[in-house]
Amino acid sequence: MSENVLAPGRPSAAGNWLHRFANPGRFLRLVTPLLPGLAVGSVILTIIGIVWGYGFSPADWQQGDSVKIMYVHVPAAWVSMAGYASLAVCSFFSIVWRHPLADIAAEEIGPVGAGFTAVCLVSGSLWGKPEWGAYWVWDARLTSVLILFFLYLGHIALIRAFDNKAHGYRAAAILALVGAINLPIIVFSVQWWNTLHQGNSISLSGSQIAPSMLYPLLIATIGFYLLFIVLVCARMCAAIMERRTSSLLLAAAERGA
Amino acid sequence: MNVAPFVNGSYAVTCLFLVGVSALTLSRYLRAKRRLAAVDPRA
Repeated sequence: MSENVLAPGRPSAAGNWLHRFANPGRFLRLVTPLLPGLAVGSVILTIIGIVWGYGFSPADWQQGDSVKIMYVHVPAAWVSMAGYASLAVCSFFSIVWRHPLADIAAEEIGPVGAGFTAVCLVSGSLWGKPEWGAYWVWDARLTSVLILFFLYLGHIALIRAFDNKAHGYRAAAILALVGAINLPIIVFSVQWWNTLHQGNSISLSGSQIAPSMLYPLLIATIGFYLLFIVLVCARMCAAIMERRTSSLLLAAAERGA
Repeated sequence: MNVAPFVNGSYAVTCLFLVGVSALTLSRYLRAKRRLAAVDPRA
């Protein structure tokens, strides 16, 4: 037998590592002590980023004070896309390995991600009015983010639409994986189409933003990302505890019956 | 054009969302923890 052929049902070393962290109880034990520190850090960074952006960042030579919307709009947009990417990864784990933790994560990422996407859309709309003269235009970037919002809503609805939860997880995971095609469309929409939305000011090769504007933006972004992680982890811990409570109550009822 | 209402509005929406979702998450977490502790004293 070849070395790289495994016996049926026997996970590889990587699979073992992965399945070690699939245990909800282990996740709870690992994450619970980290949550308070992460929560405090995320709140401090978010407040610093927002206050710096709102009160102490300079006005733009062209846009004036309306550029301050950037410090909430851009972090919300990045978190909404990263949130959907994490949703797609969890869905992949759910479909391929039937990870119980991936299902719980997908269920809890949806509402938080949808909220950040809504913030991105509303703040973008409020930025569009003074700059473009309209709250909404059917621009490629705006439309693709609106589709992202609908994908989140569809995922939230689908995962709760079945009496058998496993069916809901599977259907929602397929939707999340198919919807992931929207992520590169959002990122490259400003290059592929002639859009009213401005191009990317920050890329892996560098930034076109002045440091006095870049620093509060980066701090707010890190704060939003941390807050998203804390919110999702706290909701996952709550979901695990709720399930454990339900199963213990059910077991006690069955013993009593 | 006076842009202050647009800037203030976008910050208000963001802060309302962040505070709201954090409060809801915290209350759900604490409720789940309390209920589990009531059922399973080891938890």
